[in-house]
Amino acid sequence: MLGVLASIIDGVLVGLVYGLAAMGLTLIWGVMDVINLTHGTMIVAGMFGLYGLATALGAPPYLALPPVLIGGFLAGVALYWVAVHRMVGRPPLMSLLSTFSINLMLVGIGTGIWGTALFNVDVSLPGISMGRYTFPGAHILAAILAAVIAASLYVFLHRTRLGKAVRAVANNREAAELVGIPTTRVLAITVGFGVALAGVSGMLIGTLFPFTILSGDGYQLKSFVVTVLGGFGNPLGALMGGVALGLLEGAITPFVPVSWTLVIEFVLFVLVLIAFPGGVFSRRGAM
Amino acid sequence: MKRLYLLAAAAAAVALAATPALAEDTITVGFTASLTGPLNVDSAGQQRGYEFWRDEVNAAGGIKAGGKSYKVKFVTYDDQSVGGRVQQLYTRLINQDKADFLFSPYSSGLTAPATVISEQYGKIMIDSGGAEEKPFETGNKYLFMVITSASHYLSGAVEALKKYNPQAKLALVYSDDPFSKAVLAAAAKQAKDAGLEVVMNESYSPSTTDFGPIVNKIVSSNADAFLGGGHYSDGATLARQMHDQKANMKWISILVAPADDKFGELGPAALGVTVPSQWELQVNYTPQFGPTTAQFAKAFQDKMHAKADYHGASGYTVGVVLQHAIEQAGSIDTEKVAAALNATDIATFFGHVKFATDAGHHGLQVAHQMVLAQWQMVDGKLGRQVIWPEDARSAPAMYPIKQQ
Repeated sequence: MLGVLASIIDGVLVGLVYGLAAMGLTLIWGVMDVINLTHGTMIVAGMFGLYGLATALGAPPYLALPPVLIGGFLAGVALYWVAVHRMVGRPPLMSLLSTFSINLMLVGIGTGIWGTALFNVDVSLPGISMGRYTFPGAHILAAILAAVIAASLYVFLHRTRLGKAVRAVANNREAAELVGIPTTRVLAITVGFGVALAGVSGMLIGTLFPFTILSGDGYQLKSFVVTVLGGFGNPLGALMGGVALGLLEGAITPFVPVSWTLVIEFVLFVLVLIAFPGGVFSRRGAM
Repeated sequence: MKRLYLLAAAAAAVALAATPALAEDTITVGFTASLTGPLNVDSAGQQRGYEFWRDEVNAAGGIKAGGKSYKVKFVTYDDQSVGGRVQQLYTRLINQDKADFLFSPYSSGLTAPATVISEQYGKIMIDSGGAEEKPFETGNKYLFMVITSASHYLSGAVEALKKYNPQAKLALVYSDDPFSKAVLAAAAKQAKDAGLEVVMNESYSPSTTDFGPIVNKIVSSNADAFLGGGHYSDGATLARQMHDQKANMKWISILVAPADDKFGELGPAALGVTVPSQWELQVNYTPQFGPTTAQFAKAFQDKMHAKADYHGASGYTVGVVLQHAIEQAGSIDTEKVAAALNATDIATFFGHVKFATDAGHHGLQVAHQMVLAQWQMVDGKLGRQVIWPEDARSAPAMYPIKQQ
């Protein structure tokens, strides 16, 4: 029984980090109906940022957070001007294709430089033990940081002028423009934040697990599942979706053969889609 | 018009003069490599082995057979680590590039579809990248495997465990792919025959990212020995999470991933992890054909600027075995070379090479033996030591795994 509880707690800890990653994806979608297919690669970029700073330069791993956040933001703004700007308001397929092609280029360049070799960042933090089960310190800290960053995003969106402008553009771009909001700049900043969130979550995941240049696909898929669970375009819902997914994984694994976990997860996912087409945590005007 | 005839005649004359000389002096070997995609690291290692053999053979004047010397030419494509690409590309290698012989791609998943094409066109394919037995049980005539096949990967680990702790409780947790499943199915049977108790036997999806709940399940099963893994990041993540979550395994054997030097990046999580290996630098066989281990390792390092590992060594051996067969056959005719391969029974630096010749297993490797390597601390640095079989070991096994 203790084992089940341990698995659920561990699932929730990791789920918070998945949720943070999904927030980045859903923020961009919510504001401009663009699905960012470089999302997984941006997560991996965060991992490599962590590796470069922590392993190559010898800095403590968590000090990589501010540079990754800023680097991610700048990369996001650049991504906006290169691949998204001319696609806003066009059919979603256009932005899918443009971000997909950017993604192929980035993965190709990454494979050229690093190959698909394994990278690991050693984080030695004391964990917490519960009987024979241990929660690694890095998992606990990553979950706390993910929650703090998610809360900051919420405060930003609801309490600051710029945040309110982001929500206004999400709600109705023309109306926002009429009241004098520089919507193009707001869109660029939104993509910046979305990518920064992806990068930071990647950095946090990098403190938990080893990674390769191709790890992004798995986390991107997770982000999609979490986003749909949480309601597309709803950042807070994404965080809850992440927790729900982690909880599910933790709760299912002890009872069924491990290979069934994914099957059950996706069956539930389809059921959720049928019952709540807008996502479990969706509500009107969530942004 | 007259000039045109003259030109055509001249061209024909040149072609007639040039073609036989070219065809006789060069043999074309075709294969695909995974330059991109998840198999890139292992595949690149294997390709380095192939290329190193080609360079060495050509530098020595080529393969000598029937009074002629054949230079080796490679034609290769990127298969993107995707099984679906392999069949198109091998068809192209045979039909358009006129490959005389084929080498395998990397991994069981890619080799199996490639063998369908090689066999269909009656081309010899020598395999160093796919250890799964299935393609060898379908009556193929031109397929030969130089490495030990999947069902023997963990037999050394089971034997070693039986010696160190006959009461060991085993958790078998492995990736849901053909290679890993074949390896672990055999290991489960070998463990049962050895009287070891298997307390957990489960496969996970290759896309699993977090093994936390799985590790908790291993802890709940009261296992004290772990056998499993799959290909690359999954094996490394399992090792890391078993360490982070203090699963306290006394014995850990993981497939493939720990055979790569990068596995050492895991630091304390790598310590004590064992890996079945086709070949290690410490292995010392006396070769009847080709270089010794020391010669190979040094030349490989000098020319390829990379440390020799088992993928490089097995790739090189594929070339050596083909060369030996062609020289024995005295011809590059497929049937004659295949007959020579059937009769091959030689010791190389990689180990003994001999192929099964009965219809039910034709081409399977029957002589080569794997070793078990363990990550240990040597002079304050993590590195692999051969611990099994005991007469080949370079260091005693660490059992149980102790953190330092």
